[in-house]
Amino acid sequence: MKSLLRPAISLFVLLSALTGIAYPLAVTGVARVAFPEQAAGSLILQDGKPVGSRLIGQNFSDPAHFWGRPSATAPQPYNAAASSGSNQGPLNPALADAVKARIAALRAADPANQAPIPADLVTASASGLDPHISPAAAVWQAGRVAKARGLPETEVAKLIDAHTAGRQWGVFGEPRVNVLELNLALDAHKN
Amino acid sequence: MTSHAWLLLGLFLVVLLLAAKPLGIYIANAMEGRLRVGRPLENFVFRLCGVRADEETGWLRYALALLVFNALGVVTVYGLQRLQAVLPLNPQQMAAVTPDSAFNTAVSFVTNTNWQGYGGESTMGYLVQMLGLGVQNFLSAATGIAVVFALIRGIARHSATTVGNAWVDLTRATVWVLLPLSVLMALFLAGQGVIQNFSPYQDVTTVETTHYDAPRLDASGQPLKDDKGNALTDPAETRVQTLPMGPVASQEAIKMLGTNGGGFFNANSAHPYENPTPLTDFVQMLAIFLIPAALCISFGRVVGDSRQGWAVLAAMTLMFVLAAWAAMSFEQQGNPQLAALGVDQSASTLQAGGNMEGKEARFGIADSALFATITTAASCGAVNAMHDSFTPLGGLVPLINMQLGEVVFGGVGTGLYGMLVFAILAVFIAGLMIGRTPEYLGKKIEAYEMKMSSIAILVTPLLVLLGTAVAVMAEAGRAGIANPGAHGFSEILYALTSAANNNGSAFAGLSANTPFYNVLLAIAMWFGRFGVIVPVLAMAGSLAAKKRIPTGAGTMPTHGPLFVTLLIGTVLLVGLLNYVPALALGPIVEHLMLWLGA
Repeated sequence: MKSLLRPAISLFVLLSALTGIAYPLAVTGVARVAFPEQAAGSLILQDGKPVGSRLIGQNFSDPAHFWGRPSATAPQPYNAAASSGSNQGPLNPALADAVKARIAALRAADPANQAPIPADLVTASASGLDPHISPAAAVWQAGRVAKARGLPETEVAKLIDAHTAGRQWGVFGEPRVNVLELNLALDAHKN
Repeated sequence: MTSHAWLLLGLFLVVLLLAAKPLGIYIANAMEGRLRVGRPLENFVFRLCGVRADEETGWLRYALALLVFNALGVVTVYGLQRLQAVLPLNPQQMAAVTPDSAFNTAVSFVTNTNWQGYGGESTMGYLVQMLGLGVQNFLSAATGIAVVFALIRGIARHSATTVGNAWVDLTRATVWVLLPLSVLMALFLAGQGVIQNFSPYQDVTTVETTHYDAPRLDASGQPLKDDKGNALTDPAETRVQTLPMGPVASQEAIKMLGTNGGGFFNANSAHPYENPTPLTDFVQMLAIFLIPAALCISFGRVVGDSRQGWAVLAAMTLMFVLAAWAAMSFEQQGNPQLAALGVDQSASTLQAGGNMEGKEARFGIADSALFATITTAASCGAVNAMHDSFTPLGGLVPLINMQLGEVVFGGVGTGLYGMLVFAILAVFIAGLMIGRTPEYLGKKIEAYEMKMSSIAILVTPLLVLLGTAVAVMAEAGRAGIANPGAHGFSEILYALTSAANNNGSAFAGLSANTPFYNVLLAIAMWFGRFGVIVPVLAMAGSLAAKKRIPTGAGTMPTHGPLFVTLLIGTVLLVGLLNYVPALALGPIVEHLMLWLGA
């Protein structure tokens, strides 16, 4: 047994130090120099103060802003300190009720819009922090946002275009619109 | 399935198979001590640790060494969690983890399962993440590589009494295989936006004020409920969003490369700080299959016949394509209940469409369903979408992937040794059909090998089915169910399947952070891991001792299409016979109810 324990313990300590301390510290050191902004959380600064992260969505319910994916985090939506999906199964009555309530809220904010609502606008994201919506979901909301701001719809459509990313390298993922960046651009936009 | 989904799947396979060959050759060289550059460093480490690198042992001593080493891991990870409140690098001052949860997590990370009953960003400090969980991400994967090399040597050698030196194998797998790949991948991830720092969590002032219902708490912090059992809430508002921080990129890299899958955050690879872009998603999917695919090539190399490795890889690839096609197609169909509400779930150039509940907009359907297939075919268990919200048959794919024993690529090391056990079963069945003593790669397969492979194949279904039965019969087991009806049963079946097969993904609605589930699942994880490893090593020892018999006219070749077909048939037959009744009660009933409108 002793001939097992000595190599076991000393190797465990040595490999732990290598993979559990030296490795993360080395990666941190290089990342801080090579990718300082990304390593620190891709923060968006306004007047030197952080107003959010490009990668983390925020909750929007003002008709003059674009709304993001529904968020299932608790207790408040887009609680970045407790990421979570809804975990509701497809037959769960609670899922159908939640979707009905979201449809009702979207319709109430824009009664004139009769187009079918894109799926991602009424379904909760996996992380509860999804920073994106589909271009379809942005287009669906453009009329409401334009009206609430007294902007021509073409102006809003231009802003959506400017904040739409296509598939990465043409093949990976889905086309998407970053909601926080789009709303910040809207707020900064002069009539 | 959309044309984009086919393109993605095709591209994935091309890149994977191109990378597998050079890496497989490199791994074989590294593990057999042919890397000259590393020699001096290796020798220094071995001298320091009292390891005689040139002394090999028999299978029993090899197994004992791995058990002692892994037991040390359990004690350490448990201790770090229990003591984290008084240890450094804990800027959020996370409290000590409860004993049952700490035990479950310790077993979970040591067994390469990485089942998570806790939410990372609200439970674990940075020291536990890197020195406890991160270290086990490396060492559990190294254990898998060590075991598969012991088995490969057992097959390649003849009239031998030893299968290798466990300490040497563990060290080489960690230092020469896992660590260099992890450094490269961690830096790539950091460049794409995965965070890597030791800062406290960052408060930001949001654009809008969020109004919400805050749960009313009693003096001890427990939520209060009214007479009917509904939670009491008070209206509340906030303009503060607390962004989590931490050394994520370094953890994320080995989480995928080691087929571990334990997320830094609760949402795992769905979290934008773990998996920010479609490109990181693609690389994470590749990283899961990279070493398992490469090991097939290493296998062919060490046994001196590369066709043997390609045959195993071909069987894996065929089963994988079938599973990926099924998952992508079912998720793209969407949810008929939402269609009835007038929701637009059609795929177009402006949206992914399909069943988007529990999925991220940047990944859509194709990347989410492909990720789910890969993570459960391998024993990874990372998720970039919530499997609990998949369509019934979309969610059936991950379940079956795990239930086949995770041999479709499978975990690092575990996938290949699992598949080689099936290969031995396949030649045995073929031998029965034609009335000849079965042989595999020049080794006679006899009663002892069949006993050991039967144990290795049957131990996980036993744990899964008995464990599920116990959980649905116990009050404490049923209490964890989140979704009503057949889906609730699927949640429990998925949890036991995931634990016993060391996967770690979940139908995460199940409230599993209770003493009942923490203990039950820990037992399933431990025996699901070492109840397979020990018989596999025993078989390695017995195969090594055998004489090599020359290939004759009656030898069945184990590298052609016939053998690949036979191997696939064996895997499917065993898997289906074990699980069809249980699956009929869960996802299949749910599918019929969803589409026939019960």
